[in-house]
Amino acid sequence: MKRLAGFYILAAVLIATGLIFPDSYYVTVVGVTICTNAVLAVSLNLLMGYAGQISLGHAAFFGLGAYASAVLTTKYGTNPWLAMLAGVGISGTLAFVLARPILKLKGHYLAMATLGMGIIIHIFFVQADWITGGPDGLSGIPEISIAGLAINNDIRWYWVFGGLMLFTTWISLNIVDSRPGRALAAVHGSEVAAQMTGVDTASVKAQIFVVSAVIASVAGSLFAHQQAFVSPESFSFFFSIELVTMVVLGGLASTFGAIFGAVLLSILPEFLLVFEDFEVLIYGAILMIIMIFLPEGLFVSGSRIVTGWLKKRELSTQ
Amino acid sequence: MYKTVRMIMVFAAALLLCSTYTASAGDTLKIGSFLAVTGPASFLGDPELKTLQMYIDDINSKGGIDGTKIEFIHYDTKAKAKDAKNFVNRLIKKDRVDVIIGGSTSGNTIAVMDLVEKAHVPLISLAGSVKIIEPVKKWIFKTPHTDRMAAAKIFEDIKARGFTKVALITGNGGFDKSGRAQCLALAPKYGLVIVADEKYGNSDTDMTTQITKIRSTDAQVIVNFGFGKAPAIVTKNIRQLGVKLPLYQSHGVASKKFIELAGEAAEGVRLPAAGLIVADKLPDTDPQKRVLLAYKNAYEAKYGPVSTFGGHAYDALFITVNAVRSAGSTDRAKIRDEIEKTKGFVGTGGIFNMSPSDHLGLGLDSFHMVEIKNGDWVLVN
Repeated sequence: MKRLAGFYILAAVLIATGLIFPDSYYVTVVGVTICTNAVLAVSLNLLMGYAGQISLGHAAFFGLGAYASAVLTTKYGTNPWLAMLAGVGISGTLAFVLARPILKLKGHYLAMATLGMGIIIHIFFVQADWITGGPDGLSGIPEISIAGLAINNDIRWYWVFGGLMLFTTWISLNIVDSRPGRALAAVHGSEVAAQMTGVDTASVKAQIFVVSAVIASVAGSLFAHQQAFVSPESFSFFFSIELVTMVVLGGLASTFGAIFGAVLLSILPEFLLVFEDFEVLIYGAILMIIMIFLPEGLFVSGSRIVTGWLKKRELSTQ
Repeated sequence: MYKTVRMIMVFAAALLLCSTYTASAGDTLKIGSFLAVTGPASFLGDPELKTLQMYIDDINSKGGIDGTKIEFIHYDTKAKAKDAKNFVNRLIKKDRVDVIIGGSTSGNTIAVMDLVEKAHVPLISLAGSVKIIEPVKKWIFKTPHTDRMAAAKIFEDIKARGFTKVALITGNGGFDKSGRAQCLALAPKYGLVIVADEKYGNSDTDMTTQITKIRSTDAQVIVNFGFGKAPAIVTKNIRQLGVKLPLYQSHGVASKKFIELAGEAAEGVRLPAAGLIVADKLPDTDPQKRVLLAYKNAYEAKYGPVSTFGGHAYDALFITVNAVRSAGSTDRAKIRDEIEKTKGFVGTGGIFNMSPSDHLGLGLDSFHMVEIKNGDWVLVN
């Protein structure tokens, strides 16, 4: 119970917001964006935060899922759920094949390799216009229905993405506290030491890479149905960077940190719109200030400050 | 504990404020726009936004449309489809606008069409692609000429000059690809053969390889579809390689910027363009001349050299204003019906005659074939 306390709080907040404000723009539109980004940030955090393997190409897996669903449902009339499964198959296979050679690299070289992968897949989306529709993208992606209920309005999409986010969070929390999770943490600490204690580091890294790619792919498939439109821009290198920023900003190696980062980076632009031309400037300044004063991320550093402060109070009252 | 409760209450109150805030004055017309004011397509969005702001201020200072003031809400998409989608969502669901004008690019417009159709908000696009109005969508209109019209106008001129073999060279952007597809589809209708179909990247800085290939074919003319910097480079490269074939550009380069970039190489280049860039050279009998000069003078007095792109925004705004006036209300459905009934509206792009089967309403005659001579546009007769 205590281990998953944070998860229950998250679920309660999510459900309460949905029930109290079913018509609010901030729930039905921004809320869906937040949940999508949170799913991606949490899945990326598995790889970056826990296994310590940087990836600058996460948006590519998100895109593969989205395009698999978009192409199969619009051009071949495939059942959306089968299309989603196909997306999972493509992303999972690609991740599996790439994992071993790519994850042998370290530091800047790993960053470069994942960056290259992301860009290649993006170029494919743009150039293979006979399949992907090219830079104009694909439109007219059909709705999906879950157990006979058509997901055809914003609040229903909020529940779908909220559900996916909770599920992803739950998976992430459980992986982290399991044997593979501890193996990942060991790899993060020192790969040599992990090998010495009997961890098959190459296979552990490959596994988590595949899990993270598959989650991103599922999110991508749902994203395609929700938007009813996909275009290559949504899966560009810049989106990969945005995802990395979310993870780092919230705090590496913390599932809730990743969610927090996703929430912040999705909401901030909405509220900064009032500053018009200065929007980007202020956005940058906020990110800089957070990274200077809370280098471990907003959530991790923040919760440390709060617990430290609580302890101090406890001591002084004693 | 007390503090925590108070914080939660403040948070809830803030949320409540956000969700209930929607201005609900009945006697204003809310026009929303999403344009690419910055980013790679800023040459489209910037004059469009300036035009809208200038004329909306002007209308409001004169008391509005029969007393109805216009409230203008604008977002910058930076030409990103994802942002376009988010902002249109915001315009519809948060700002609750009555009419939407935008986006600047075909990609941005196509990205939001499903959304707009579902929400039943009239939208007038400022983008080129024929896909926006074909097949016709109930709530979606546009003011710029289509890429198909440009291709047709170019081919008409090529045919009149007695050429039959065409070399095509296009970029990898949305505008380029769509233009290329239209050229390939239309060529047989005009009895033309496409003997070369070369492509380049829009950020490339040299296209001599593609042009060398074209030189080795028996092409009689070269047609280049593109906008931004690339067509200027193509033009320069063609002259540098000493290729003497006539060169046609699309309406995507109908701005002085192109002549500046291509320099002397631009001499003799022909392109289809709206009347705006040759406004002062049109005969006085042309019904468009008065409108064109008025817009040109107003814009240039305030911001500097005019481009046809700002003109598209002018057309969209006044089609909306006329529709609101004849509808006598700001009801979305009524405005939509009146936009569709637009007849004989003299705009900068031509004379608009819309119908339930034509949500653009411009004929081929609204394009003028122009040639660049001595760094300026000259009408081709």
